[in-house]
Amino acid sequence: MYAVELTNLTRKFGDFTAVNDVTLKIKTGSIYGFLGPNGSGKSTTIRMLCGLLEPTSGRGSVLGFDIAKDSEMIKQKIGYMSQKFSLYDDLTVIENLQFYGGMYSLSGSLGKGRIEEMLNLAGLKDRQDELVINLSGGWKQRLALGCSILHKPSILFLDEPTGGVDPKSRRMFWDIIYDLALQGTTIMVTTHFMDEAEHCDEIGFIFEGNLIASSSPAYLKQTIPGTLIRIPTDDPMGLLEILEGSLLSYLDIYCSGTSLHLLMETEKLAQITDFHYEKITPALEDVFVYLVKSHRKE
Amino acid sequence: MRRLKALLIKEFLQIRRDRLTLIMMLGLPVIQLVLFGFAINTDVKHLPTIVFDQSLQQDSRDLLSSLEASGYFDIKYLAKSYQEANSAVDAGKAKVGIVIPPDFSENLKHGRQAAVQVIVDATDSMAASSAISAAQLIGQIKSQDILLQQIRGYSGHPAEKPYDIRIRPWYNPDFISAFYMVPGIMGVMLTMTMVMITSMAIVRERERGTLEQLIVTPMKNWELMLGKIIPYSLVGYVQVTVALLAGILIFDLPIRGSLALLYVLTALFILASLSLGLLISTVTKNQMQAMQLSFFVFLPSVLLSGFMFPREAMPMVFNLLGNLLPLTFYLQILRGIILKGVGLSVLWPQIIALIIFIIITLTISIKKFQKKIA
Repeated sequence: MYAVELTNLTRKFGDFTAVNDVTLKIKTGSIYGFLGPNGSGKSTTIRMLCGLLEPTSGRGSVLGFDIAKDSEMIKQKIGYMSQKFSLYDDLTVIENLQFYGGMYSLSGSLGKGRIEEMLNLAGLKDRQDELVINLSGGWKQRLALGCSILHKPSILFLDEPTGGVDPKSRRMFWDIIYDLALQGTTIMVTTHFMDEAEHCDEIGFIFEGNLIASSSPAYLKQTIPGTLIRIPTDDPMGLLEILEGSLLSYLDIYCSGTSLHLLMETEKLAQITDFHYEKITPALEDVFVYLVKSHRKE
Repeated sequence: MRRLKALLIKEFLQIRRDRLTLIMMLGLPVIQLVLFGFAINTDVKHLPTIVFDQSLQQDSRDLLSSLEASGYFDIKYLAKSYQEANSAVDAGKAKVGIVIPPDFSENLKHGRQAAVQVIVDATDSMAASSAISAAQLIGQIKSQDILLQQIRGYSGHPAEKPYDIRIRPWYNPDFISAFYMVPGIMGVMLTMTMVMITSMAIVRERERGTLEQLIVTPMKNWELMLGKIIPYSLVGYVQVTVALLAGILIFDLPIRGSLALLYVLTALFILASLSLGLLISTVTKNQMQAMQLSFFVFLPSVLLSGFMFPREAMPMVFNLLGNLLPLTFYLQILRGIILKGVGLSVLWPQIIALIIFIIITLTISIKKFQKKIA
């Protein structure tokens, strides 16, 4: 059973194609991570799924409802947290929760119970009467999350929920996300952080509007051919230039922090004699670099 | 229903928190009433006047005291030369210069025309026209008196004036400008707050991203619209009430017609202004633009609606343009009910005009708003 199914979904803004021919499926109850650089089309995709934007072409369904025709049905059952903080900062914490409780037509006693739960979940119980404008970034995001899951949505869309959030709040966030997934909520989350993506059941890489891969992190790591090695060095850029000028045959070479990553066909590893190196299992970052390069070659 | 209630509570909380705007909305009626009611008087009196009287006879003194008694001329300076009278007007010390020639009295006695020169500083056209008509009128009355005396002298029995024009200034017999201004200010003030505040209120939600969060909820468009219209209509009614109370307490404004009708018809005008505000909010991207566009509506409302300048005096094009503004009709309704005491039988054309305006603007803005969401 799939909570989200997209077929050739495309969105254009004038001549610019923000989302190009995206086809993907998200299993009910799974956490789907949407990765890609800024402006690659992550938010545009999510905004189409939430009924904020209409697709230019292609089809999509959320919880079995067509996103173009039944967006009002979808809205009853989804939660959405946008990239930009979008609650009322001239209302207090509890007033915001009460407002969204009303917007989702939660009845008096049910609403009260849920609001209480959210306050505890977000650790905002002691600050419930504070104006939101006085909260710092991490606290605001927790409140925004609380408001978006108040009505127990079947699917939750989170657009970069942890941008500009302190590590403690980030951990708390992911704890809540895991918890929701365990209870059966489907979650689609966009992020910049590769370590966060590792926690997802499946991830999709989106680049310049194209979905270049969509699978589990473990599977994606296997798609890289050959062996990945790491050469520790004080001057990765310098070493990169030297190796690029040498006769060494490799599949890919790039800097990663304070070391150099080299992707080689396994049988050719013997060519490296001058450097100390170690074999490493590819991280998602390596997968992303590899996928973007092979996408460009096409 | 729950959603609308939530929207209303939210809107009232926000209005209450925004103290400055709230004070402005409620203080504005009183401040404007006092300013316009007391400071603005289109009937210009007490113009500083310089006199160069070369005749210095009983007749010239008689003319001067008539001029002064009219209330339009305050004789402040006596000139010793024509030059002195001229330079006093040049310098702006005097707005009017009256020059009486040496043979003034002589000419009168011998039944010849006696010339008097009245120099008027016409840079301020309103002051000038008051002075001109007052001087002409006094000249005519004086001439008439002399003519009547002469006829009496020839025929031996008293003569009557052939025409007897009796003027009855209805509705505002004492020409109290506050009576005219107060209803006008109510309309202008409502236009300003209703159009500007509604347009800003929705654009602010868009600017801050809160509108996006609202759109992903199951909220209906009409719920959002009502959620804005209801609270601001109430604000509008509070303003009208404050302005009426201030008008009655400060200026003894009479309310000759039905107060109930006034309140009912005010709803039409508020609705018209709010839909205009909604329309502005759908075509603007940020609060700055909304503010500018509101002023763009506000200025013609003040100038063309008949608030300050009579619409009858406007060229045809501008007169017709004024018909596009809801304030034009609301002013006629306000002045009609408050000053004339008229009712529905007279005001129905204005009511129809307002209803047409509301239907058109509201339809366009709801259509436009839906497009914005998509």
